[in-house]
Amino acid sequence: MKIEDKKRVLREMVLHRRFEERCYQAYIERKIGGFLHLYPGQEACCNGVMEAARPGHDYVITGYRDHVHAIKCGADPKEVMAELYGKETGSSKGRGGSMHIFDADKRFMGGYALVGGPFPLAAGIAKAIQLKGGDEIAICFLGDAANNQGVFHETMNMAALWKLPVLFVCENNLYGIGTSIERSTAVIHQHKRVAAYNIPADECDGQDIDIVYEHARKAVDHVRAGNGPFFLELMTYRYRGHSMSDSRGYRSREEEEVWKQRDPILMLRDRLITAGAMTMTDYETIEKETDAYIENEVIKFSEESPEPRVEDLEKYVFADRETQLPWLTGKAA
Amino acid sequence: MANIMYWEAIQRAHDEEMARDPLVICMGEDIGVAGGTYKATKGLYEKYGPLRVMDTPISEGGFTGLGIGASFLGIRPIIEIMSVNFAWLAMDQMFNSAAKVRYMSGGQLTAPCVFRSAGGAAHQLGAQHSARMEKVFMGIAGLRVVTPSNPKQAYGLLKSAIRCDDPVFINEHELMYNMKGEVPDAEYFHPLEGSDVARAGTDVTLFGYNISVHWCLKAAEILDKQYGISAEVVDLYSLSPLDRAGIKESVSKTHRAVIAEEDEAPVGVGSEVIAIINEECFFELDAAPVRVHSALVPQPYNHTLEKAAIPDHEDVVKAVLKLFGKA
Ligand SMILES: Cc1ncc(C[n+]2csc(CCOP(=O)(O)OP(=O)(O)O)c2C)c(N)n1
Ligand SMILES: [Mg+2]
Repeated sequence: MKIEDKKRVLREMVLHRRFEERCYQAYIERKIGGFLHLYPGQEACCNGVMEAARPGHDYVITGYRDHVHAIKCGADPKEVMAELYGKETGSSKGRGGSMHIFDADKRFMGGYALVGGPFPLAAGIAKAIQLKGGDEIAICFLGDAANNQGVFHETMNMAALWKLPVLFVCENNLYGIGTSIERSTAVIHQHKRVAAYNIPADECDGQDIDIVYEHARKAVDHVRAGNGPFFLELMTYRYRGHSMSDSRGYRSREEEEVWKQRDPILMLRDRLITAGAMTMTDYETIEKETDAYIENEVIKFSEESPEPRVEDLEKYVFADRETQLPWLTGKAA
Repeated sequence: MANIMYWEAIQRAHDEEMARDPLVICMGEDIGVAGGTYKATKGLYEKYGPLRVMDTPISEGGFTGLGIGASFLGIRPIIEIMSVNFAWLAMDQMFNSAAKVRYMSGGQLTAPCVFRSAGGAAHQLGAQHSARMEKVFMGIAGLRVVTPSNPKQAYGLLKSAIRCDDPVFINEHELMYNMKGEVPDAEYFHPLEGSDVARAGTDVTLFGYNISVHWCLKAAEILDKQYGISAEVVDLYSLSPLDRAGIKESVSKTHRAVIAEEDEAPVGVGSEVIAIINEECFFELDAAPVRVHSALVPQPYNHTLEKAAIPDHEDVVKAVLKLFGKA
C-alpha cells in the first residue's frame, strides 16, 4: 500500500472503530434494539482484504457482524446507523436491523443471520459473474465457527468444481459465541479444511493490515485471473462480547490483553508515525474529527429521520403488484 | 410449590432425568460450559461432564442427526436448537429420520428424542430470528409437538417428553424464560396430550397456546370487568395431536370461539382448530369463529412495525367484541 493509502485507511479504521463504539452506547440508551454484534479488534481483516479488492465493484456478502463491511463497500455510515435506529432512511429502510444491512448499489449483498447461510449465496453470485462475463469477484466474509455447517463443504466442492470467482475470507477470531475453537472444531487452522477440494488457501496474521493486504492481494489476483476460488484465513480477535448480552466468562482478561497489545489501528498508527508520515497530534485530530462527524452527522441524521409508516407494513413482501399483473392474473398485458 | 422461572423449570427437569438415567444426555450450541443461551442447562456440564452434556459445533443438521442416531440404540437425547429459526437446518433429520423411522422399519427402530427450541418474536430480532414455526412441526406424522405456557408445563412436559418413546418437539418462547410460576415440589409429569382450562367461563372460548395463553387470560380479565363477558381460556399446550375432545367440550358450552396465535394465519393453529370445530361441533356455534394472528410479513426490525405485525391481548378483546356485535 502507498503511504497515502495507508493514511486514508487509518482514518477509515478509526471511523469503523468509533462507529461501533457509538453503536454500543446507543444500544445502552435503547436507541438500537435486537441483536448487535460489534467488530472492534477485527478491522484489519475487512480493510486489508478490501484494499486489495475493489470496493463498490466486487460483490461482498457476510454474516450478522456486518456494519463495517457495508461501510467499507461504500455504504453511507449515516444510512447504516439509521438502519440500526430502525428508521425509514436506513440502508434497509428500517426493516432489516443490525444483522441485515444491505446496499445493493455498492454491491454489498447483505448481512445474514443464519451461520453459514452466505456460503452458497456467495458462490451463486460468483456463478452470475461468470455467466455475465464481468471482471468482478465475489467475496464472502465469515467466521471460523461457520465452517462447521455442512453447507461449507457443499459450497467448497461446487465452487472448485465450477471454478467460480469467489474469495472466501475466514475471520478466525477463535470463538463462536462462547465456545472456543478447540472445543468445537477438530482443526484449528481453517484453511487446511479446503485442501480436500483442491482450493488454494493461505493463512496470515489478521491484526497487521500490511500483512493482510499482501496476502489478500495474491488471493484476489488469483480469483480475478479466472483460476477459481481461494480461501484466506485471517487470525484475529473480537474485543467485545459476541453480542450485547455476552459477559465473556468463557475467556480470560489476560488473553484479551495479549490481543489488544497488537491492536490493528494502533499498529498502523505507530508505523506511520515512525515513518514520519504523520504525528501523534495528527492522529488525535483524526479521532476528534471522526467523533465529531459521528455525532454531528451520523447520529443527528439517525435521530432526526422518520420512522417507517405502519401503513407500509406489507411493503417489500412482494414485488409491486401492479407490475406483475399479467403473471398474477393470467391476463396478458 | 416453588415459585420458579420457566428456565429453572426446564433446568430442573433436565437435572432430575439425567440424575435418574445415565442414558439421558443433552446437546446443543453453548449449552455446556456457557450454561445455555437461556440458562436452561445451567450447571449440568459441571455435574454430568462433557460426555453427557455436549457443546456441539454449529452443525444443526449434523448434531440433530447424531442425536437421533444415538436414540436408535436407546440413548435419550435432549437436543437443544438455540432458536427455531435454526431448526430449518435440522428438519430433514427430525422429519425424515426421527418422525418416520418407527413406521418405515415396521416398529423395529424408535427415536425417543426430545427437541427443544426457542420460538416466537422477541424484541426487534428481525426477519431471520423471529419465526414462529409451530405450524411447520405440527403437521408431521410421527412427531409430537408441545408448547408450554408456564413453568409448571415447561417442567412437566419435558419430564414426560424424555420418558415418552416417541420423538417430541418442545416449542418454547424467547420472551418466557424469565416468567415465574408455581411448580410442584414433588416430581410431576404433565400429559403430552390434552389441553388445560386456564380459566373457566361461559360465553366464549379463547383458545391460546404458549405466549398467546397470556393474551387470552388478560383479555378475559378485561372482558369480564369492562363488558360483563365471561370468557373461558383453553390452553392448547399440545399442538400435535390437538385436543379434539377438549375443543369440542368447551365450544359446546360457550358456543363461541376465538383462536389467538402469534403465528401468521395461513396453515396455522387457528385454521386447524376451526376445522376441528367444524368437524366436531359445528351446530353448537352461535357465531363464526375468529382468528387473531400476525400479519403475513417477514418480521420487521423497526419497533413500531414489529408491534403492528404481532397481535396482543387488545386484539383478542376486539375480536370478542366483534363476535358479540359490540364493535
Ligand atoms: C444456523 C445458526 N445456528 C446458530 C446460530 C447462533 N449463532 C449466531 S453467531 C454464532 C457463532 C458464530 O461464530 P463464527 O462463525 O466464528 O463468527 P463470529 O461471531 O465469531 O464472527 C452462533 C452459534 C445462528 N445464528 N445460526
Ligand atoms: Mg468466530
